Order: sequence, then C-alpha cells, then structure tokens
Amino acid sequence: MKSNRRGYWPVIVTALAAAMFVFLFLYLEQQWEIVLLAVGLIAVLFSSARFGLLRRVELAASDHPRTTIMVNVLAALLVIVLLRNEHFALLMLATVCLYVTICLGLTLQFGYAGIVNFAGIAFFGIGAYTAAVLSLHSALPHLLVIVISGLVAGLIGSLLILPMLRTRGHYAALVTIAFGILFRTFLEVNDLLGGPQGLKVPGMQVFGWSLNDNISLGPLGAVSFYASYAVVALLLAAGAYALIKRLERSWLGLNLDAVRTDETAAASFGIDLPRWKIFAFTAGNCLAGVAGGVYAMMSGFIAPASFNFGDSLLLVSIVLLGGSGNPLGVLPAALLVVVLPEKLQVIQEYRLLLFAVLVILILRFRPEGLLPRRMREYFAGWGR
Amino acid sequence: MSGPELVVDGLTVRFGGLTALDALQFRLSAGEFVGLIGPNGSGKTTFFNALTGIYAPASGQVALSGKDITGLPPQQIYDAGITRTFQRLRLASSLSVFDNLMIGNHRNLSHGIIANLFARQRLKNEIEENVAKSRLLLEQFSAPLASRLFDPVSQLTMIDRRRVEVCRALISEPKILLLDEPSAGMTHEETRALMDDLLASRERMPGLAIVLIEHEMGVIERVTDRCVVLNYGEKIAEGSYREVASNSDVRTAYLGED
Repeated sequence: MKSNRRGYWPVIVTALAAAMFVFLFLYLEQQWEIVLLAVGLIAVLFSSARFGLLRRVELAASDHPRTTIMVNVLAALLVIVLLRNEHFALLMLATVCLYVTICLGLTLQFGYAGIVNFAGIAFFGIGAYTAAVLSLHSALPHLLVIVISGLVAGLIGSLLILPMLRTRGHYAALVTIAFGILFRTFLEVNDLLGGPQGLKVPGMQVFGWSLNDNISLGPLGAVSFYASYAVVALLLAAGAYALIKRLERSWLGLNLDAVRTDETAAASFGIDLPRWKIFAFTAGNCLAGVAGGVYAMMSGFIAPASFNFGDSLLLVSIVLLGGSGNPLGVLPAALLVVVLPEKLQVIQEYRLLLFAVLVILILRFRPEGLLPRRMREYFAGWGR
Repeated sequence: MSGPELVVDGLTVRFGGLTALDALQFRLSAGEFVGLIGPNGSGKTTFFNALTGIYAPASGQVALSGKDITGLPPQQIYDAGITRTFQRLRLASSLSVFDNLMIGNHRNLSHGIIANLFARQRLKNEIEENVAKSRLLLEQFSAPLASRLFDPVSQLTMIDRRRVEVCRALISEPKILLLDEPSAGMTHEETRALMDDLLASRERMPGLAIVLIEHEMGVIERVTDRCVVLNYGEKIAEGSYREVASNSDVRTAYLGED
C-alpha cells in the first residue's frame, strides 16, 4: 500500500495560497476588498471541489498527515510574522484559532457522535472563568491552569450529559440550550465571579516569560504581544486538529460514527452507547474549556456578556457551514464567521440574522457543507 | 456438543395489554438451520428483539450454552455470541463496507484510548489484519463484493447491502445468527443468490446455528432443517417443512378458515 503515496506538493501550494488569503483577509480594510475576498474564497472552494482539485489536495494531505500539519502551522506562522505589529488582525487570528479549537470539539460531539451541543460557548466560558479564578487566586503555572480549565469544562459537561442520555434528539439539544442560558444567568448573579462586571485576568506566563510584553525581534522590528497569543492559539488549534484526525482514523472514530448513524444497530453489535456519548461530549468540552482558558488570559478581562447563547449558535453554524464531521471544513468556516462581521460593519449588527440565513441556505442546498466529509482513511495510502 | 445451544423457556413479551409473545418454548442446537414463519404480526421479530435484548421479556428464561442470558442488554447478548440482521436494513450507508463490517466485529477490536490514539503502529497492524479478514469473508461470501471493500454502502445495490449486513453479523464468528427476513425488497433470483451464499459460507462455519424469518416458503423448504410457526405470539406448529406445511392449524393461520 505504501508505494502509491502521492507527492505532497499540492499540500504546500494550498497552504501557501491559504496563508496569502488569510493575510489579505485580515490585513485589508476596504469593505469591497473584504467582500471580494469572501466571495472569492467560497467560489474557489466550490469550483476546486467541482473540478476535482480539492480531492487531489485532500488525497495528498491524507497521504502525508504529519507533513500537512507541519506545513500549515508554518504557513500560519508566516501569516503571524507578516502581521507582526497589527494588534487587531492578530487578535482576530488568535480568536479564529480558538474558535477552530472549540469547533473541533463540536465536530467530535455533533459530527461524529451526533450529540447536538448548543452550549459550546458555555463550556468555553467555564474554561475562561476557571482560568481567571485559578490565575487570580493560585500560583499554579499557567500552562497547568489551562489544562485544568479544560478538565473542569469536561467534568461539568460529563455531569450535564447524564440527563441528556435519558433523552433523545431534540430533547437532548434542549437540555444544552437550557444549560447555556443558565450558565450566563449564574455568572451574572454570582458576586464571587464578579457578577455582570466580570473579572480581570492576568496575562499568560510561560516558563517565566510574560506573553503580554511587547517584543522586538531584531530585523522584524516591534512585534505586538498579540503575536505571542496568536502562536499559542495556533499551536492549540493544530494540536486539537491532529488529535481529532487521529481519533477519526481509529476504532474510536468508528464507534462514534456507529452511535450517530444507528443506535439500535450499534447496541446490537456491542457498542456501549452511553460510554461513547460521554467520551465524545467530555472530550469535546475539554477542547472548548482549554480554548476558554487561553481566551481569558489573552483578553485580560471576561464578563458574562462574552458568553451569549447567540455565540453558541455561531459555533454550530461554523460546523454546519464547514461540513459536519470534516475537521478541515472548520478552518475556512471559522475564518469567515469570525472575521467577516468584524471587517464588515454593515454585517456586525445583523450577524446572527445573516448566519441564520446562511445555515438555512446550507441545509437546503448543500447539507454536507463547504467541504463534505470523506470516507474514513485509517492510514496513509488507505484503500489504494 | 451435548444438549441444545439455545434454550428458550416460556418467553413472554407484553406491550401494555397486548401479549406479543406468549410463553414461547424454543430450542436450537449447534449447526442447526431453523425457519421461523408465521403471518404478519405473529411475533417473529418480537422474538428476535426479546432474544437480543432490545425488548425486555415480561417472563421466561433464555439460556445460551447453559448460561442464563435473560434480559441482558443487547451489548452483552452480542458478546455472548448472538448476532442478527434487521428486516429494514440498518447499515450505516455513509460509511464504507469495511467500516460497517468492523462495527460488527466490535468485540474483537481494541477500544482503549491510548491504544487507539498513541500506539499507532500496533493499531495499524490490527487494522491491516482486519482488512485481510474482511476481504476473506467477502470473497467467500460473494467474490465481486470483495473489490468494493472501501466503497460507501450507499453505492451498493440492495442485494449487496443485504450481503454486507449478513457479513457484518458473521464476521465476529457468532454461535447463533438471527436473520430477519433477508429477502425483503429483493427479487426471487436475488433471494436465491443470497441463500446460496449463506449456505456456502455456513459450510465453513461448523457449529453456527441460524434462525431465519422468511415469508417465501420455497426458501424455507430449501434451506431449513426445521420450522417453527408462530401465530398471535404463540407457537402453533413445529417440525420439518413438510410436516408444518400440511398442519391444519398452519393452513388456517395463513389462509383463514376454510
């Protein structure tokens, strides 16, 4: 099977093109330029899907999973270097990476196991508040704080899933909606957690180095401190991506697919439904919690208003837009959904309405999303 | 092997006031091929669902190889060695043939998180062994199907989907295979082909006992050693096809009075 592996040059070309696109998308300011780029991205994705280019890139990527992640991380680092002193653009890039991380968690829950989670932002918030409290009131190293943020989000999620296991379909979704709304109300009335005013969070320290310090990198000149956070968020997203892909290419991914496609059949072949639902839900929420921890330290301030039900809907719409169950699809979808409203003032106010329309259009005309999920390929050169 | 493999004693299933299965006695020996027949709604599928843990029986006992398995959840029934197909196909049509077979082979795969995520080389070996095993089973069952191992089930014809469903139930090498009307939605020729495949693969699995729910009497006559007839949840006849077919209660149940 090994002899048939393709070259990886399509991966490199695509990564460079994507990096160029992301740079322009974040850097340009004119409204018409942004619209042109967004329309261009969708058009390129659609037409390359139609002419089989996308398939070639995907095949090359699946033949070289490690190289693909490396090349893309390097391309993203290149974007960070190009934007080194653009505070706002870097903040957006970091936010996109954090949203990608949450949405990879949702992919695990919804795309694989079929559990709808309308409380994604609440688990992100749990992570953020955990990180805030721990970094304010303890001397734990910040990397550990971030790991704990993920674990706490996962743990609370695994309690929430207990009532969800007793319900099915829409009712399980309703449980998550209720939880998301309860979470925000809980924060607002809780004085220990700062109530509606929220909490200030100290910046991240990694091995004695403060990420909030501006740095000067010799010939590159001044570098925004957001660049450091963008790198952290990027590494987090890349790690989450690698983990999700590994999971998908294993028996675990198959078990989750079996749970999603037919519970009766899955149970009849020994698949322990609660076990795999709890696994997917907990692991997905851990990812959201870790992203929340980084977010709290990056933004320096968190408040209940940052964790709205509407944001959970945005997360779900990213997964649907990208292609349910395809981690790759999350990348362009998160970029569009996060950056577009920030760049286009016209949209800002109507963004929920706009994305609602977008989701309806997708479900109607292309239910499989921008980048539809492919067959599982357990390892490079699978089936060839 | 001494004594019957499966002993069902007084199995009763009720839905509210309706008794869907009434004190059923049933025995199945290793290697036997039994037909389960009866008019629509006579309790055949209910019997399968009660055996496989999908319905909880109201009373009665089920023992497999001398071990009590009454009321166990479906997962444990599968682990004990009973697998099934469904009247309306229950394959994951978006997944590949291989993925579907592997769902059926669940009890022979490793499911640890570490083993799956971090011991990739060992996992790769396990996957390659299972690819070989799947290919062998498909080749024995229906040679052309083996070349479609990596195709999505949604691209297969009806008869191939049925074949995949039977193979999914066979790949874990169960003691007992329950087939719930595999001919539904297929032509006579397709049913004949499927049954030929089944009989051929049975040769290679000595000891495998099969229970077949079927409406086509020609199929029952050709493949089964023994028949059990249900009507309104009760067993009304048992014996060879010839005996059962001439039984007056059976004729009444199928054709009405006179």
